Amino acid sequence: MTTETIPAPRSSYTPPRKRRVNWEKWGWLYMRISGLFLVVLIFGHLFVNLVAGNGVRAIDFAFVAGKWADPFWVVWDTLMLWLALIHGANGMRTIVNDYAHKPVIRKTLLIAILVSTAALILLGTLVIYTFDPCPSNAIAGTLPSFCKAG
Amino acid sequence: MPENSAGTLAPPPAAKPRIKPPRRLAGTLYRGKEGMWSWVLHRITGIAIYFFLLVHILDTSIVRVSPQAYNGVIDEYKTPLMGLGELFLVIAIGYHALNGLRIILIDFWSFGARHQRLMFVVVILLWIVLIAGFAPTQIHNIILEAQGHASA
Repeated sequence: MTTETIPAPRSSYTPPRKRRVNWEKWGWLYMRISGLFLVVLIFGHLFVNLVAGNGVRAIDFAFVAGKWADPFWVVWDTLMLWLALIHGANGMRTIVNDYAHKPVIRKTLLIAILVSTAALILLGTLVIYTFDPCPSNAIAGTLPSFCKAG
Repeated sequence: MPENSAGTLAPPPAAKPRIKPPRRLAGTLYRGKEGMWSWVLHRITGIAIYFFLLVHILDTSIVRVSPQAYNGVIDEYKTPLMGLGELFLVIAIGYHALNGLRIILIDFWSFGARHQRLMFVVVILLWIVLIAGFAPTQIHNIILEAQGHASA
C-alpha cells in the first residue's frame, strides 16, 4: 500500500506570487477614461473644423495659426493628440494580439505600433509647440492677418 | 472507491438533464446578435479611424514646413472625393463614440449590462440623427467648393 500525502483540509494555500502591475487592467481602464474625454475633444474638433462657418473649406494655414494663437486650442489639440493616439495604438495592440498568431509577426507588429506611436506623439507635440504663425518663407497671402502688425 | 460508498444515499440520476443547452450560441452579451455585431462594427470603425489619425498627424505637421505647403495639402481635403471621405470618417467616429459610451455603461452600470440590447438600438438611432445632421452640411460644402465659391 502506498501512502498518499493529502493536504490538510480548509488550509488556505496561496502560491508565492510577486505583486506586479496589472497593465491589462490599466489599459482597459485607460480606453474608457480617454474615450470619455475623446468624445468631447473630437466632436468639438469636428464641429469647429467641419461644421462651423464654411466647414472644411475654411481650413488653411491662417485658420490653424488663428486657432493656435489661443492657448485653449493648443491645450485642446495636445490632449487630443496624446489621448487619441495612445487610445488607437492600444486598440490596435488588442487587435494584433487577437489575430496575429505567429509570434514573429505579432512581435513585429507590436513593435511597429509602439515605434510609430512614439514617433508621431513626438512629431505632433513638437509641431504644436514650435509652431511659427508668421514664418519668413511664406508666400504673400498665406499668412494670418495678425502677422502684418509685426 | 470512496465515491461509490455514498452512492446508495444519493437520489437516482434523472433520465434527462433539466437545463437544455442553447440551440444556437446567440443572445449572450458578446456572441451573436447585437452584442457581437456592435463589437465587429466597433473594431472596423476603430481601425479606420486609427489609420486616418496617423495620416492626419502627418498632414497637420506640414504647417511646420511652410504655409503654402500646408495649404496645398489641405486643398486635397476639399476635393469631392476627400469630402466624401470626411463624411465617412465622421460616420465612423460617430458610431465608435456612441458605442464606446454604451460599452462604458455596460461595464460600470448594472442597468447597462441588463439593457445592452436596448442601448444598441439607442446608439443606432442617435447615429442616424448625427449622420442626418452632418451629411447635408458636408455635401453643401463639397458642392460649393467644387463650384469654386470663395471660402473665407
